[in-house]
Amino acid sequence: MSFRTVRHQDVVIVEVDGQLIVSNRQELKQLILDEVAAGTRKVLIDFARAGYIDSSGLGVLVSLAKRLREEDGELRLANLNDDLRSLFELTKLDTLFRIGDTRERGLDQF
Amino acid sequence: MDGALERSIPSDVQYIEGIVAEIVAHCTAVGFPPRLIARNVPVAVTEALVNAIRYGNADDSAKVVRIRARIDRHSLVVEVADEGEGFDLQLALRDPTTPERIEAEDGRGLFLMHAFTDRVEQFRDGDAGGNVVRLTVHCA
Repeated sequence: MSFRTVRHQDVVIVEVDGQLIVSNRQELKQLILDEVAAGTRKVLIDFARAGYIDSSGLGVLVSLAKRLREEDGELRLANLNDDLRSLFELTKLDTLFRIGDTRERGLDQF
Repeated sequence: MDGALERSIPSDVQYIEGIVAEIVAHCTAVGFPPRLIARNVPVAVTEALVNAIRYGNADDSAKVVRIRARIDRHSLVVEVADEGEGFDLQLALRDPTTPERIEAEDGRGLFLMHAFTDRVEQFRDGDAGGNVVRLTVHCA
């Protein structure tokens, strides 16, 4: 499991490879908080290569979304597979995030 | 191919993913459906292990978490035992999706454990003491 960062104009895209769970959520949180501290206000997390997400992983996404909102920024998500999308629907977190079916749609009008 | 698994791990969340991978591999081998393998089983078992480590054993690395799993083509039964006093399973009934709670960072673990299993039971381990959570997932 790992996180890879790429840039698209003023958006930082974080690719999740593997699970987002209790044992690596802090790594993702610190990576994005460092980007925010450096001035980034638009973050897109791409789950195309992700596995499952546990409650700790969901919690860190909520926390980061709030942090970015405090800075007048936004956290968006993209490429959730059916299992992940249903997890977001079950927890109603699909109402908190703008979720793109593809990375391009996630970047649309960002 | 039916399977059984018994493991003990220190109270450290770094051990969770390996245990979950072993259980998922057994489930895959006996033909569990993709959604159970990709989401329900790994998430529910992860939540049970996190509860045992964080709340049962209070992150005390000197304490262990014991895992017993029985897997066949019909069902998975996992028991996760810690050395603590247990936790209130009724907290699982607290809805984390309400407007007041939806932006909370915590509070979804027990909710997901219930949502992704057919049964969650909690009892005291008569021999070793401690708290046991038993998860049952049926294939049908």
